[in-house]
Amino acid sequence: MIELLLSSGIGVLTAGGVWLCLRRRTFDVVLGLTLLSYAVNLFIFAMGRVRVGALPILRPGAAPTLEHYTDPLPQALVLTAIVIGFAMTALLLALSLKGRFARGEDTCDDAPPPPEEYPR
Amino acid sequence: MTAWLIAPFLLPLAAGALLLFVERVAPRAQFAFGVAAVVALLAIDVRLLEHASAGQVDAYLLGNWPAPFGIALALDRLSALMLLLTAAIALPSLLYAGPRWAARAPHFHAFFQLQLAGLNGAFLTADLFNLFVCFELLLIASYALLLHGAGAKALGAGFRYVVVNLVASSLFLIAVSLLYGVAGTLNLADLAVKLPRVPAESLGLAQAACLLLLVVFAVKAAIVPLGFWLPAAYRNAPAPVAALFALMTKVGVYAILRVSSVLFGTEAGAFAELGREPLFAFGLVTIAVAAVGAWAARRLAGLAAMLVTMSAGTLVAAIALPGSAALPGAVFYLAHSAAIGAALFLVADAIADRRGELRDLLVAGPPPAHPALWALLFLALAAAIAGIPPLSGFVAKFTMLAGSVGAPGAPAFWSVVLATGLVATVALARAGSRIFWEATAPPPEARRLIPLEFAAIALLLAYAIAIVVLAAPVQRYAAATADQLARPQGYVEAVLATPPVPSPPRAGH
Repeated sequence: MIELLLSSGIGVLTAGGVWLCLRRRTFDVVLGLTLLSYAVNLFIFAMGRVRVGALPILRPGAAPTLEHYTDPLPQALVLTAIVIGFAMTALLLALSLKGRFARGEDTCDDAPPPPEEYPR
Repeated sequence: MTAWLIAPFLLPLAAGALLLFVERVAPRAQFAFGVAAVVALLAIDVRLLEHASAGQVDAYLLGNWPAPFGIALALDRLSALMLLLTAAIALPSLLYAGPRWAARAPHFHAFFQLQLAGLNGAFLTADLFNLFVCFELLLIASYALLLHGAGAKALGAGFRYVVVNLVASSLFLIAVSLLYGVAGTLNLADLAVKLPRVPAESLGLAQAACLLLLVVFAVKAAIVPLGFWLPAAYRNAPAPVAALFALMTKVGVYAILRVSSVLFGTEAGAFAELGREPLFAFGLVTIAVAAVGAWAARRLAGLAAMLVTMSAGTLVAAIALPGSAALPGAVFYLAHSAAIGAALFLVADAIADRRGELRDLLVAGPPPAHPALWALLFLALAAAIAGIPPLSGFVAKFTMLAGSVGAPGAPAFWSVVLATGLVATVALARAGSRIFWEATAPPPEARRLIPLEFAAIALLLAYAIAIVVLAAPVQRYAAATADQLARPQGYVEAVLATPPVPSPPRAGH
């Protein structure tokens, strides 16, 4: 059950992220990239195998094999990926804000948007 | 000597951090400080190249953890060459920027050093996740460098550049974690041992992960269906930054070369020669598309960006040429094209600065001030790019083509490289005649020739000449590099067998 929940969650996040990334406004793209990075982080996490109720830290009384623990390495990797993804999102937001004020619009391409699509 | 492996990473990192303080305390000293750091880096890289040219592979264990568990750095001939190339191109880029650039772009020198740290780390690491971290480091520095004092147009191009690279980073993470899920390791040497033993039911997953890795590297190397972010980003970048960026596509090429050598070697079972044919085909398409783009370029910087794309396509096609010995030529071409690409961006900017309002637009108008000097420099660069005999392009292309004789893909490779070489020559000749010959007005008032700018361009041209004068030793080194890449066992053994440094005995327990 937990596997189904996790994998469909990753799938939905990825689908939403890709859809938003293909949109025209920078804010949608930033949101899309955020969703994508959530999906990727969950995916890294899942690659350490899904275990319920297992710790990544050695404790007395349990033999140090993967039978008794969950794999700690993907958790370390995901931490790095979260930090980097967070920094990149902040940078991208600053960039799109700067673009919004420098160009007066927040589209990703240089052409002005058709007026009927984005009323101002 | 092994401890010096970390130096090309730590030195720019420390210099970048210190430069933030220098900027506050003595802003005028930033330039001298940055140049000193790059010169020191150059000296270390020369020493490392000398060391690596003996043919052994050295590994450095970060934190003294044995190889598959900790992060390892490895130095072989290819890494040493890439390190030296990075420092050798960083120096003229920095010289061209000169002391005045620091005022124009805040934190320029700090970001420049951080970008060098990211590049050097990517060339040294023997661990896929660490490669991801180094990519991010060099990218985040490159975003800042690209967008310094950027106008509205460059902002749009910069935004797209950042988005494309972030999507590529997501794909990189998916590939890396998939590989970890299947093989249980991310150390390149350990993966080389474990991938061929992957059980049959997860073979498909592992191959998909490997191919996804190649896709990510192809984005970085600007191979065609994935490389359309490059021209707009590069032609809008400030010249010293664009010159350094000429190396960034080479990082993608390096990663493809490293991964195909260590993981997809001939003895890798189901992974042998993985992705070779599509890479070859897309490399050729990249060359052709870039040639058309070079013909259509409206600015000299745009032409330079297209030629950088073209050289990346040539390199990938030469690396992936099925069953051939074009690799020594490709290594030679790598060194040549990085130096020449950087020089072309600098010359384009220098001409733009001296041509009044037309800048580097390829339309008839006034020639730049000091027309004879710039025409001569442009001619030399164009000859080097086109591959006309006395300069480095000829030797590089000749070695590559001569090596590929008899390979199954050779006819396609030959015809594409030679035909697009002609197209590029015509494009360059047209650009030169528009700027220098179709003069409709006298050149604008002569600007004082800034010696540093000239020195930077002269230094890059001197590399191109040195590559020809020293063609025999360079070629020997390139051949030895290709040989080392063809036999990755040495790399694998060196990384896995390097023992941690024993801790000193504790006195008075």
